[in-house]
Amino acid sequence: MKYALFLGCNIPARLPEYETSARLLLQRLGIELQDIAEFGCCGYPLRSIDPKAFLLLSGRNLALAEREGLEILVLCQCCYGTLRKAKGILDEDLDRRGEVNRILQKEGLIYTGVARVKHLLQVLYGEVGLEAIKGEVSRGLEGLCVATHYGCHALRPSPLMQLDDPSDPRILEDLIAATGARAIAGQKRLDCCGAPLLGVDDELSMGMLRRKVEDSLKAGAEVLCVACPYCQLQFEKMQPKALGEEVLPAVLISQLVGLALGLSPGDLGIKGERLRAFC
Amino acid sequence: MVPDILVWISLAAFLGGIGWKVWGWFKGSLRREGGWGRLGAALRGIYGTILSRKVLVLLKALLLDVVLQLRTYREDRYRWLMHLLLYWGFGLLIITHALGKVLIEGYVSTAMPFLFLRDLFGAMALVGASMAAGRRLRGIPRFRSAPMDVYAIVVVALILLSGFLLKGVRITSYRAYLGMVSEYAALSEEEGRALEAYWVRNFGLVSPNIREVPEELVSEGAEVHEFSCASCHASPRWAFLSYGISKAVRPLARPLDRFGVPGGLRWFHVLLCLFALAILPFTKFFHLISVPLSLLLNAVIDPRRSSPLNLETKRMVELDACVHCGTCTAKCAVSATTEVIPNRAILPSEKIPSLKTLASGKPLGDEGLREILEGVYLCTNCLRCTVSCPSGIDLQELWFEAREALLQRGLVDPVLLTPFSFYRGLRREDVGEGYQRPILSLRERISRAFGPPVEPLSIGPPEVLDLSSDAQTFRVCFSCQTCTNVCPVVSQYERPKEVLGLLPHQIMRACALGLREMALGAPMLWMCLTCYQCQELCPQGVNVTDVLIELRGLMVKALKEGRDEVRPVSGM
Repeated sequence: MKYALFLGCNIPARLPEYETSARLLLQRLGIELQDIAEFGCCGYPLRSIDPKAFLLLSGRNLALAEREGLEILVLCQCCYGTLRKAKGILDEDLDRRGEVNRILQKEGLIYTGVARVKHLLQVLYGEVGLEAIKGEVSRGLEGLCVATHYGCHALRPSPLMQLDDPSDPRILEDLIAATGARAIAGQKRLDCCGAPLLGVDDELSMGMLRRKVEDSLKAGAEVLCVACPYCQLQFEKMQPKALGEEVLPAVLISQLVGLALGLSPGDLGIKGERLRAFC
Repeated sequence: MVPDILVWISLAAFLGGIGWKVWGWFKGSLRREGGWGRLGAALRGIYGTILSRKVLVLLKALLLDVVLQLRTYREDRYRWLMHLLLYWGFGLLIITHALGKVLIEGYVSTAMPFLFLRDLFGAMALVGASMAAGRRLRGIPRFRSAPMDVYAIVVVALILLSGFLLKGVRITSYRAYLGMVSEYAALSEEEGRALEAYWVRNFGLVSPNIREVPEELVSEGAEVHEFSCASCHASPRWAFLSYGISKAVRPLARPLDRFGVPGGLRWFHVLLCLFALAILPFTKFFHLISVPLSLLLNAVIDPRRSSPLNLETKRMVELDACVHCGTCTAKCAVSATTEVIPNRAILPSEKIPSLKTLASGKPLGDEGLREILEGVYLCTNCLRCTVSCPSGIDLQELWFEAREALLQRGLVDPVLLTPFSFYRGLRREDVGEGYQRPILSLRERISRAFGPPVEPLSIGPPEVLDLSSDAQTFRVCFSCQTCTNVCPVVSQYERPKEVLGLLPHQIMRACALGLREMALGAPMLWMCLTCYQCQELCPQGVNVTDVLIELRGLMVKALKEGRDEVRPVSGM
């Protein structure tokens, strides 16, 4: 299967290891990717400013994928949530779809409702499958205790996201188990990382981060597995500010699975001593 | 023939203009003081670079980025070819033609190889200029060429075309021929006729005396030519384009010559060149100097280690290095928003003029300030503009600096309360002192704008809030408080209502009661993480988070419409 890879804005600028590790992993697992250079912002930060602008930006990306006849593969929870939210609106409300299409046609684009949006987790879990991943593991991560962080916008609102059971999701846990590592569940497993309020209310944002990290540590986690660039940046860059130092290293799901599959830790951008032990 | 005084005037304008621009780099500023201190820091920096291994980095950038323009090559091959043709064609034309007498010993414009090279380089530049015009005509979505972009192409094209036309007409000119003969050859009447015949046959000359060219006269003329002219005159066929033009204008050659067109064209051509030289520092042509400098500076300046003074000076050079090519706008992740938010300053290429005004200390006006602040804030900091800029400008850093400069002046925009602030939060150390100030002043503004509820509450229909059908679900809320109970923000505070104003379920009620001001003024709105816990668990199917997000949009809009509020608090 071939997908249009949607990187969004944070990954190329601030988290290139997510892109490289995801590409390496997907290539290894036989998933083909195509880049669409015209992809823009998903519309996420515009939702709080101007609903029309958000719908236009989202719709534009959906229309671009339709033009190429591809489904979209997303790495970011906020992009995923936003694109699917927009798709939900545009598929139901034909007036608003018409409004968006009137603008899109200037660029020769049109959204008809065909485009599909999938998250990396869905492709790994649903399309590649746990058994196939298990079969490829060459460097089992036995003994590693991993806390999971799903990222809110991929799980909720569940009627639109349809990633997993919103009250007890298993995808990340199962993927982690496939690598040989042990998935640890803290009390606040499904809580927000605080990233959406960074720069708006840092105290609140870092409070969320602190509670989350402390909760995972209490549950016995050695690393925190993440599947969203916002969350990853929040855990990586803000932990030293919120907790004085990085007490719980965050690792991206593509890095963790890639490591277990024997991909080069350097290419995957693996950091942190605990994971280096497996390299 | 052109008085020296004109040359000196244009040269003086050129040099004076450059001096003025260079001083502007040290004087202009976004966030740091300008002046002599900056000049000193720059001199120290240059000294330190030249005497270190960094000089190799500089040479590498000079070769790859300036000479070969690989940055442009990576982004757009068409544009690379276009620019290389223009750059090398025009540059070499200046060396081998305009400044030939000054730079090259034994230079004679009508001898080889100069005769050929002039046409070759001119043709290269002309192809480049046509490609540039074609690119502008084809257009980039949402990007509009400025008058200056058009003028620049027109001036270059006119210089080139007038030069070719001049040469073409001059080949046919009998007057020019007679002038040369009287100046350089002392010929008998017979020799004169023979040479004329030879030139009519071989040099494209159009003579009023000779219609038919007798063979024996031509071969006689060949000898005279060899003796008197050949050392300075190669066959005009070498000037391939001009020769073609001379063929085309042949039927008109006599009247053109009689009316003094060759001389007139020469005046036009030279004056235009001098004009272009004189205006160079004040127009887009200045990029000949500022772009190579920007590329070189960015190769050796390290944003983390270089002196902040030099970084500021670099940014001023960068502002001058923008050629308004539109590459950044074509790549910009949010450029499509300008289709619904009418603010051109959202487009990266359109921010530069305002930033220049800002840096020079000139006033931008209330509306201009509002637009540029929104412009630099509605940016996801995806770095695409910086990566793609052919001039090597660190655009994203310019936006960052401009954003802080504007915020520290006391300007605020409600966009600060959205995830667009994420990047600023990540870089709070770089912002330094005053990081919290704009956020606090915005909070204050919100509470001022929406105020405490005035008793008695004016209850209205829920329609006073313009919400989508998604959000209209608030109507079925029965205040079970599940949303409030599961909210991770609410649970962070001992007395949440004091901080959040209204709790999520209360906001749903406020909507149902049409209490617009109350709902929009609640800090809960912009303190919502949008984690969707509330919406997920609502037993009534109220899209609580979607309501909060849409209300936030209404709040932002309401604040924006109160334009007077956007004025700075103090000191503008």
